[in-house]
Amino acid sequence: MSDINPALETFSQEVDELLAAMEEALLGLEGTPDDADCINSIFRAMHTIKGSSGLFGFDDVVAFTHEAETVLDRVRNGERAIDAEQVSVLLACKDHTAQIIQHFLFNEDEPLPESLHLQSQALIAQLTGQSAAAGGMPSTQEVKADHFEVDDNTTDSSDNWVISLAFKQNALRNGMDPLSFIRYLQTLGKINEVIITMPTLPRIEDMDPEDCYLNFKIAFSSSADKKTIEDVFEFAEDDCDITILPPNSRQEHYLQLLADLPEDQVKRLGEMLIEIGALTEKEVAHTLNEQCAEDNAGAKPLGEMLVDKNILQQPVIEQALKKQESVKQKINKESNYIRVDAAKLGYLINLVGELVISGAAMRLMVDKHGLSDVDDVASTMSHLVEDIRDTALQLRMVQIGETFTRFQRVVHDVSKELGKQIQLQITGGESELDKTVVEKINDPLTHLVRNSLDHGIETPAERIRAGKPEKGTIQLNAYHDSGRIVIQISDDGKGLDPEKIVAKAVAKGLVKQDQVLSKSEIYHLIFEPGLSTKEEASNLSGRGVGMDVVKRNIEALRGSVSVDSELGQGTTVTIHLPLTLAIIDGFMVEAQKERYIIPLSMVEECVEMNSDEWQIDDSQHYVNLRGQVLPYLRLGDFFHKNKKHTHRQRESLVVVRFGEAKAGFVVDELHGENQTVIKPLGKLFENLNGIGGATVLGSGDVALILDVQGLIQHAKKQVNPTLALSSSV
Amino acid sequence: MTAKANKNDGILCVPIMDDMTIYNAQSLKETLLGYCHAGTQELQLDLSAVAEIDSAGLQLLLLLKAEAQKRGFTLRLLRHSEAVIEIFELLKLGMYFGDPVVIPANWKKS
Repeated sequence: MSDINPALETFSQEVDELLAAMEEALLGLEGTPDDADCINSIFRAMHTIKGSSGLFGFDDVVAFTHEAETVLDRVRNGERAIDAEQVSVLLACKDHTAQIIQHFLFNEDEPLPESLHLQSQALIAQLTGQSAAAGGMPSTQEVKADHFEVDDNTTDSSDNWVISLAFKQNALRNGMDPLSFIRYLQTLGKINEVIITMPTLPRIEDMDPEDCYLNFKIAFSSSADKKTIEDVFEFAEDDCDITILPPNSRQEHYLQLLADLPEDQVKRLGEMLIEIGALTEKEVAHTLNEQCAEDNAGAKPLGEMLVDKNILQQPVIEQALKKQESVKQKINKESNYIRVDAAKLGYLINLVGELVISGAAMRLMVDKHGLSDVDDVASTMSHLVEDIRDTALQLRMVQIGETFTRFQRVVHDVSKELGKQIQLQITGGESELDKTVVEKINDPLTHLVRNSLDHGIETPAERIRAGKPEKGTIQLNAYHDSGRIVIQISDDGKGLDPEKIVAKAVAKGLVKQDQVLSKSEIYHLIFEPGLSTKEEASNLSGRGVGMDVVKRNIEALRGSVSVDSELGQGTTVTIHLPLTLAIIDGFMVEAQKERYIIPLSMVEECVEMNSDEWQIDDSQHYVNLRGQVLPYLRLGDFFHKNKKHTHRQRESLVVVRFGEAKAGFVVDELHGENQTVIKPLGKLFENLNGIGGATVLGSGDVALILDVQGLIQHAKKQVNPTLALSSSV
Repeated sequence: MTAKANKNDGILCVPIMDDMTIYNAQSLKETLLGYCHAGTQELQLDLSAVAEIDSAGLQLLLLLKAEAQKRGFTLRLLRHSEAVIEIFELLKLGMYFGDPVVIPANWKKS
């Protein structure tokens, strides 16, 4: 069946999402086998698929998922534990479910082929067979008693606020008169009963009549809310411990209010309770302080503390927690449902780009005509434009975590296949970058991860011999660094052998026999086409195609890649990528009447190019910047080779940084910050040296965006041409 | 001296002549403590002249009541002044002290 009707399409989409969530949760379970969230999400996947499949009459799917669901339900109820074996089986179940659903989607009327049928049965047997054995096992989760001792006062059926006042010793001396507070309280309602206790009263001889020993417990009926009642004792709070327990009828009122709370955002427990008036801000702040103080000794959750302290009744807290949970879920669900056509977003971002340019043009006009009254309006607008720009770009930003977690499965499968024990550690998954970049980085990343799996990590036997833990570790890490995102793939495997690489490179004719290379240059050789350090090619990698493609792909994204390795210790591949491909904050400079843009995030500092101060070496092109050797480049000379500068005017040195490398650009004039809309250069100019793109200025002129990475390398080459490798442009 | 005792067969009748507030709580306590000795069978406090009473004063009354129970003598409060009645009303203390409270005819309920 070639055209799927819309309902089926939705179904298939939903199934995809559910199965993806299930896989993620299953892999999560490997680390934390008791994680209730994971188990719930797996159960939900199976349960929902079963339900929807039933709607379409896919009986085989229903039968299969039903079995899985039954098993998962028992796991969920703590009747059976889940182990690595089970996770594998469940992963297989997940794949199998996808398969049979695929079958029905495309061959709606045909029955399930025998092979799939048999597989279903085998998996069910694996699932349930073990479940029979594991059924008798004691549950791993203890049923936690959620029963609380409730103060007698709260069970009292009468409808009273219970206000407890424990005055401190110095209350009277500080000018407090507890009676006056109680007198004032009377104006808000009716005092039904007062119990006075003096728990700390000493013998009459030792009693100091100026000390305060009085504690009050007041049953109070009033229609005032908690805040108002608390305010009565506002002046006493330093000298008195006050707890105000709402009456039971209030409790129902609170429950009602909780149910009516809007579900538009997740709030903290305290915030919710303040909003419905069950708690006051002071109570929350006070309890939180106590919680912090107790932190070392394993502090209780806020809700429990509130009940313990008799500030609120258990049911209100429970209801609030429930509400919080449901809002969370609802929001999670909703956030999954925003789908926007990528083309529309692209169009929006283009428009924002144009807006930025015309904003700059307006700014220019305002400055030119000196319209001071328009100035305010214009600057407000440019602020707004800036915000719009950031928000629009943010729309296309996605967290890299999702891309990373996909590798869990790759690592899981491949390590089994290779007979290695490998774990994947993910850090910095919340770092965001442009969706288009994420999509394009996926292939190179897969390649690098597979490389680490295949070449990097040794077999368990080899690892034990090398004195390393049996289980190898691959780390995926991402973080932001000066306006770029850095992605690192590192393993604790055997590392790269520089001698082997050089030998191979010599054999391939990439370098000469007697050429002296630094370590990083040697490692850089692995990005050369046709060079592989693996003797045998496996079905995963080792054919020597790949690293050069990886490098090309990353450089196409205006990024860079580098390798560092320690023989026997492991390898780290570091990728630098720009966050976005559309609009950047630029720094505008001028050289030889031509304007250039340097990405602002790469600018370290600007100093005057002063020969007395910096010991400029004109022939080798470097300056001594506070004891640092800094190669520099005259932008004017670089881009206008035939027009040598002759006049000695004031020049500035812009120090730029890319990763670890630094260089200085010598320019005639600094123009300051500029919002730069990147316009790609036409095909003809694509391979221009040192230029990454162009932008249109407010005046309508074109400025070139510098390719800082390329220019730094060029500047370095000038200093010491012998160091430069033919490949490292 | 805020109070002057009348002694009669182990029954002391003490008119409190001053306010029962934090300002004279110290001396009041000394005085009252002075009556709490073995010979006392009943201590009667005449509160008619107490124009003002605050927490410190109330505290002393409560203390005295507890002390009386402990030592086994009777504490009787007589002729409560308006200020005292107001507080007893507020805190529902009438039952605790158990003394008949006479509300004067010209009592103005606030």
